[in-house]
Amino acid sequence: MTDQSLSTTASPKKSGWESFTADWSSDQRTFKNVPWGKAMMWIFLLSDTFIFSCFLISYMTVRMSSTVPWPNPSEVFALSFGGEPIPLILIAIMTFILITSSGTMVLAVNYGYRKDRAKTAILLLITAAFGASFVGMQVFEWTKLIVEEGVRPWSNPMGAAQFGSTFFMITGFHGFHVTVGVIFLVLIARKVWRGDYDNETRGFFTSRKGNYEIVETMGLYWHFVDLVWVFIFAFFYLW
Amino acid sequence: MTNSDAHVEGQQHPLGIYFKIWGLLFVLSACSYAVDYYHVESYLRWTLIIIFMLLKAGLILAVFMHLMWERLALLYAMALPPIAVMVFIALMSIESDYTNATRGIFFGP
Repeated sequence: MTDQSLSTTASPKKSGWESFTADWSSDQRTFKNVPWGKAMMWIFLLSDTFIFSCFLISYMTVRMSSTVPWPNPSEVFALSFGGEPIPLILIAIMTFILITSSGTMVLAVNYGYRKDRAKTAILLLITAAFGASFVGMQVFEWTKLIVEEGVRPWSNPMGAAQFGSTFFMITGFHGFHVTVGVIFLVLIARKVWRGDYDNETRGFFTSRKGNYEIVETMGLYWHFVDLVWVFIFAFFYLW
Repeated sequence: MTNSDAHVEGQQHPLGIYFKIWGLLFVLSACSYAVDYYHVESYLRWTLIIIFMLLKAGLILAVFMHLMWERLALLYAMALPPIAVMVFIALMSIESDYTNATRGIFFGP
């Protein structure tokens, strides 16, 4: 199997564009030195990029083409703690929470490669807890918007009707991604804690031996969720 | 040769860079929130929002998602297809301008 091992590992001599063309024109594996799980996650994330792009582009289209004034998100999402309403405060807190969770995730990946079982599992659980609190705040935000402000997917008292439909569509889909991420973070944290990746226990679903690379693959998904939020925050809430 | 033998070392980097980028992301988020808080308006607002957004996205992709350490074959496989999205944005903004104009003519005052 010498031939195969030659084509799965990268040639150390080539760099830059030469390595790019060499990798893509090699017969077997294009993504050298990349575990297949990670390559597949990247391809999934690319397709997810297109899905969220389509959502945000349709939002742009209805907002630009509407002749009815668009509700001011700064006022709609303002929240008052007894005193003057603070604009966008909940959204800002949610943004900071997601960034914090990205930081703990990246630490989990790092400790995973150091095979530090306890630290990896705890950091994954902290990440999941931040994610869950993010979803909780989103539930609060939706409830406030639906019950108090009377925003519906087909109408709202503040202006263009498309505000509601795009808002629920985009933040709902993002919230769904966060929820799925939290579930998988907990599952992987459990496996790390049990030592599945040290003992090479076979997974109950795939029957494959896992290793700590799964933490990095999970991290890619989690950072992507954060990345999408960066764009939603800029285009939907701040614009 | 198994899959995992080819990349035993994985993506391991000193913790320091993560903490620096983490801090930077907080600062950038605070900046973009400040744009709204201090009611910066019009073109300055949109420019600042886009700059902070792209910086944040770039830092997350490059460092947290390790793209700056990946081989170019993977980097470009992920970075080039979104160009199609840029074209789509351009097309739809022309289209929505047109829709807006016709609405103004037919449903306007």
